[in-house]
Amino acid sequence: MNQKIKAEMEKKTKITAEEGKQELTITREFELPVDLLFKAYSESELVEQWMGTKVLKLESWNHGSYQFETSYNGSVVFKANGTIHTFLANQKIVRTFEIENMPIGVQLEFLEFEKLSDQTSKLTTQIIYKSEKHRAEQLKLPFANGLNMAHDRLQEIFNNQK
Amino acid sequence: MNLRRDVFQAIADPTRRSILLLVAAQSMTAGAIASNFNTARPTVSKHLQILTECELLEQEQIGREMYYHINPEKMKEVSDFIEPFRKMWDDRFNKLEAVMKNYESKNKS
Repeated sequence: MNQKIKAEMEKKTKITAEEGKQELTITREFELPVDLLFKAYSESELVEQWMGTKVLKLESWNHGSYQFETSYNGSVVFKANGTIHTFLANQKIVRTFEIENMPIGVQLEFLEFEKLSDQTSKLTTQIIYKSEKHRAEQLKLPFANGLNMAHDRLQEIFNNQK
Repeated sequence: MNLRRDVFQAIADPTRRSILLLVAAQSMTAGAIASNFNTARPTVSKHLQILTECELLEQEQIGREMYYHINPEKMKEVSDFIEPFRKMWDDRFNKLEAVMKNYESKNKS
């Protein structure tokens, strides 16, 4: 594959997080019809597959709520929940989201689903945090996990050498 | 801006992350760092060069030996930056696309 095309494909997902603000926007274009993109967000079995978490509850309607839980080696490592304010098929989801036991706090999410062509669509997710500090905690999380994973692997190597 | 992107290329590599973790605990010579890895010494040297170029590591001459230590200021800057978060979502959305394409073809047949 052409290197330039490959680089562009890898940059499909864009994040805008302006300094001094307590929100960020994630945009992504999909090679999927908009109804399939929307389905990926509204059906438990599908959410489980792409989010890699167990879905305990997902009430895809106005004023519904949802709960996710992920276990690793028998212990719960991730728990999240939220409520759905607006559920408009193939167009819009407005919901809250909170990862339990995390300093990120509750966030408000506006998900907008757009049809680009019969086979392509776009998702724009605007996330609003309690404060700029809470947003910073969110941004730090994947970096910390990356380092932790590297550390775990290192620890394994040391243990195996003993 | 360019430099920042380089920092993330630097920490995208698991060996380089491991080097950072080692050196975070204490300053070390290139030889001592290399002895922790199964990779060839020149490979480790290349990793050290990349980490030094993007200022995550600093070199210091002590006696006849060159020691590497962490630059905490630069590490802090990295931890504030957005790329790992973007990458997380990009991976997740790639998965979503694959799951739904599979779903689409299953429901057609």
